[in-house]
Amino acid sequence: MAEPIQIIGDKCVGCGLCIKVCAYDAVSLVDKKAVLNERCTVCGACVSACKYDAILIERRPFKGQDVENYSGICLFAEHRGGALSSVVYEIIGAARELKASLDKKISAVLLGDKVRDMAEELVSYGVDEVWMMEDPSIGDFNEEIQADLVAKILLDKKPEIFLGGGTIIGRSLLPRVAAKILTGLTADCTELTIDGENRLLRQTRPAFGGNIMATILCNSHRPQMATVRHKVMKAAEPLQGHEGQIQEVSYPILKPRVEVLEFVPEQTDTVNLADADFIVSGGRGLKDPKNFALIEELAKAIGGAVGASRAAVDAGWIPYSHQVGQTGKTVNPTIYVACGISGAIQHLAGMKSSDIIIAINNDPSAPIFNVAHFGIVGSLFDVVPELVKQIQG
Amino acid sequence: MNYFLTEEQEMIRDLAAKIAKEKVAPVALEYDEKGTFPWDIVELLAKADLFRVFVPEEYDGLGGGIMEMSLVVEELSKACGGIALAYAASGLGTIPIILFGSEEQKKKYLPRLAAGEILAAFALTEPEAGSDAAAVKTKAVPDGDEYVLNGTKQWITNGGEAFIYTVIALTDPTRGPRGASAVLVEKDTPGFEFGKKEDKMGIRASVTRELIFNDCKVPKTNLLGREGAGFLVAMKTFDQSRPGVAAQALGIAQGALDKAVAYSRERKQFGKPISAFQGVQFMLADMATQVEAARALTYAAARTIDAGARNVSRVSAMAKVFASDTAMRVTTDAVQIYGGYGYMKEYPMEKLMRDAKITQIYEGTNQIQREVIGLQLIKESLQKKE
Amino acid sequence: MKIVVCIKQVPDTTNVRINPETNTLMREGVESIINPFDMYALEEGIRLKEQHGGTVIALSMGPPQVESALREAISLGVDEVILLSDRAFAGADTLATAYTLARGIKKIGKVDVILMGRQAIDGDTGQVGPGVAENLGLPHVTEIRKIEQIDEDGTIVVERLLEDGYVRLKSKLPILLTVVKEINEPRLPSLKGKMAAKKAEIQSWNHEDIDLDPQRIGLTGSPTQVMKIFTPPKPSGGKIFEGDVHKAVTDLLAELRSAGIPIGQQKEEG
Repeated sequence: MAEPIQIIGDKCVGCGLCIKVCAYDAVSLVDKKAVLNERCTVCGACVSACKYDAILIERRPFKGQDVENYSGICLFAEHRGGALSSVVYEIIGAARELKASLDKKISAVLLGDKVRDMAEELVSYGVDEVWMMEDPSIGDFNEEIQADLVAKILLDKKPEIFLGGGTIIGRSLLPRVAAKILTGLTADCTELTIDGENRLLRQTRPAFGGNIMATILCNSHRPQMATVRHKVMKAAEPLQGHEGQIQEVSYPILKPRVEVLEFVPEQTDTVNLADADFIVSGGRGLKDPKNFALIEELAKAIGGAVGASRAAVDAGWIPYSHQVGQTGKTVNPTIYVACGISGAIQHLAGMKSSDIIIAINNDPSAPIFNVAHFGIVGSLFDVVPELVKQIQG
Repeated sequence: MNYFLTEEQEMIRDLAAKIAKEKVAPVALEYDEKGTFPWDIVELLAKADLFRVFVPEEYDGLGGGIMEMSLVVEELSKACGGIALAYAASGLGTIPIILFGSEEQKKKYLPRLAAGEILAAFALTEPEAGSDAAAVKTKAVPDGDEYVLNGTKQWITNGGEAFIYTVIALTDPTRGPRGASAVLVEKDTPGFEFGKKEDKMGIRASVTRELIFNDCKVPKTNLLGREGAGFLVAMKTFDQSRPGVAAQALGIAQGALDKAVAYSRERKQFGKPISAFQGVQFMLADMATQVEAARALTYAAARTIDAGARNVSRVSAMAKVFASDTAMRVTTDAVQIYGGYGYMKEYPMEKLMRDAKITQIYEGTNQIQREVIGLQLIKESLQKKE
Repeated sequence: MKIVVCIKQVPDTTNVRINPETNTLMREGVESIINPFDMYALEEGIRLKEQHGGTVIALSMGPPQVESALREAISLGVDEVILLSDRAFAGADTLATAYTLARGIKKIGKVDVILMGRQAIDGDTGQVGPGVAENLGLPHVTEIRKIEQIDEDGTIVVERLLEDGYVRLKSKLPILLTVVKEINEPRLPSLKGKMAAKKAEIQSWNHEDIDLDPQRIGLTGSPTQVMKIFTPPKPSGGKIFEGDVHKAVTDLLAELRSAGIPIGQQKEEG
């Protein structure tokens, strides 16, 4: 079998950039030329990084679907409890932009019990055709059954693009569909555009825990499938006067192998500070212990833990277990929001390695702004509720 | 520095280090404050097979010795000397059984100790018998096929938590120290009770209690070794356990040193980190050199014992005295480098100084250690004389 | 009970840093580890075996160095490990990976439970689990936070995490489950386990050892292609918003989201 990835010796200048970007330690310099070893996973990072086009990946994927027969932008209309999931509006927004580039119709797959109202809503947001299958035995939480139906619809209707939400359901459903149809699926896209030349869907998404971004193409297989990361793309607004078709489709439904026993809604539980990816902390600026409710609300809105400065803990406003700082906990979240915290060295010691620090303080000279990546100068009593409001959408 | 550990020793050390970092360090301050026995850590150590490292293979151990035990104690002590002591003291209590136990006694207790199912303790000290160990008064009077124990032991580590206790008591009070024997006593034996938990300056996660014997009857088959060999058992046991104390002191010192170096880089005064000042650099250099020397001595002593050398008292005493004095010096200097923050209970440094002190006192005070070393030197010199 | 745990060896992306000057990944000091979520899957597999009896097999696809991950699995207590390794498997996207793993599991034989972590921390897709289930024709449930029980007759009840709570589901073995961190606390390796791991012989299968379609594996079996990899523009430090609160918040959120910063992404685990 031919080597999937090769370094072209003539083009390689031995700059070593490929070595720096390889996360698998698979490249080294031998006699001033880059050489790959068996640790290579063919991830392609070096190909992107090489400025001399000295690394090639041979791509000859197995035979795909007949590309000419596929047309249109389709999306999966995820819903629960009689309402479309909020991600669907974001996908519609993206689909409408794709439509502008491709000049193709937008369709939606809608399955479930009593879904007609949602079908109409989809149309009102710009969906041109809703392929709807109403059946009480298509329940929630059964991706096996839904994947089977979706696959059948896609095989019949042949859209060139199929999008779903990067939700728990979407991330479980679409891979099953892709494996059934034998096409490509890209997860958690933060950007979707149409390539000017080849009219392919350019799917951009984070990888390596968000440390890098990758742009993916699905050249010869259809539909080009992607899940869309929730709360990144802008939600669509209703499209005034838009008209569309609601088409009822029907297929045999598989016998369910998974049965729903009960849904248990989330209770507020204490989130572990040390492991938390998101933390909202309150400090002296809160002025009163009851104002920690604001911090808790914002924490809940971003799915995070509640932290505190030493001042707040010493004042007895919140237990010591929430203290972040030199004598409290050291935290390492993706996002740290410091509300009403001045930014004393001892506090910074506990949180300065956070990926993104957002500071909210009404004192523009507060030291916290020196380390914050973003900040809002203003009263936290105004800013925090507004943040909660806009995040919850 | 490379101490040329075997692959297995490195495996043991790395696993202990992993547990120390991930499981012990996060709870060290809490245990210090509360002074409760760290049973959940003990269970982790047991599941990781770390209690097996100093037990012979035929009794479900992994066949290692004092070197392996010391490596574990050192790594755990870097995170907390008090929590490490639960492990080390059980080691101390296991050694007499390994050295002097009969086949039945070994079969009965060693597999359970190796599995970390039960803990051991060693009981010699009494209110009137500290350094003057020969002054023990606790009796284990023979009566038919039993010994009847009466008396108290003081400041016994793992007292009340351990299951099996090696107790040095007088089986023949008329013969003075030559009348002392080592007797195994199980917890929950009628007539065997515990005093209150002591409130200590440091190593507060270690539990220390009085043992109270009140007509406590144990079968004669619980005798460890021969009657009258009590002090032989004790001395030989301490010969082997001293590197463990040294390892504990070593770990505490290393932990303090690491923190001091890191702190000196962060703390800025006069416009620069204090690590930029030669005064601080010299302190750190001396601390590091002493710690390394203590490590070399400790490992040498442990290896000498494991190699089966006949006379190990001098080298193991040297390791204990040097490592513990080093720990006290290094932790004191580390507090100094931390400045005011080193004095505050909110910061982790003062605990290390409190923890270090005991290593100069127990398992033979450093004064006794010096006596041992001195007497050995003289003895060896006499033997060399033509 | 026969349990297969699929694990992946990944670079420790939580320790990866971007070089601010060259804007490239700095891989110094980045270790290869078992994908953290797969550690929870291994633990759950071992617990199931402790509870119900049977064997736990760890399976992984990757280059030869993945052996170290499988040895680690042995040190934790799995009974058997299998490495799927072949240059022909390299370059696989999630479709090809799911296919290859499924063929490997098929070769193992009748399996009761297949476990894996919810996603790998390098790819972050979470797609392989459902793909394997589809290839094997098995039901699957993702995001499992608890296996409540498995009865003698093979009925299984699980708790599946959702964005707003969890749902209790009932199904029958054989089944594929992907797990989240809430499910358990992974154990530490034991010394005996580490010694066994050192001595163990690692079974390795290449593409000829398994019954598969060579068109469906590796690069050839991958419909998706990575066109470009770049480091996201890191927001330049210290962007301050002032003035009207509503506008300031709107602008801040827009700025964050366009930089791909997941504010308001519920239950995203990194």
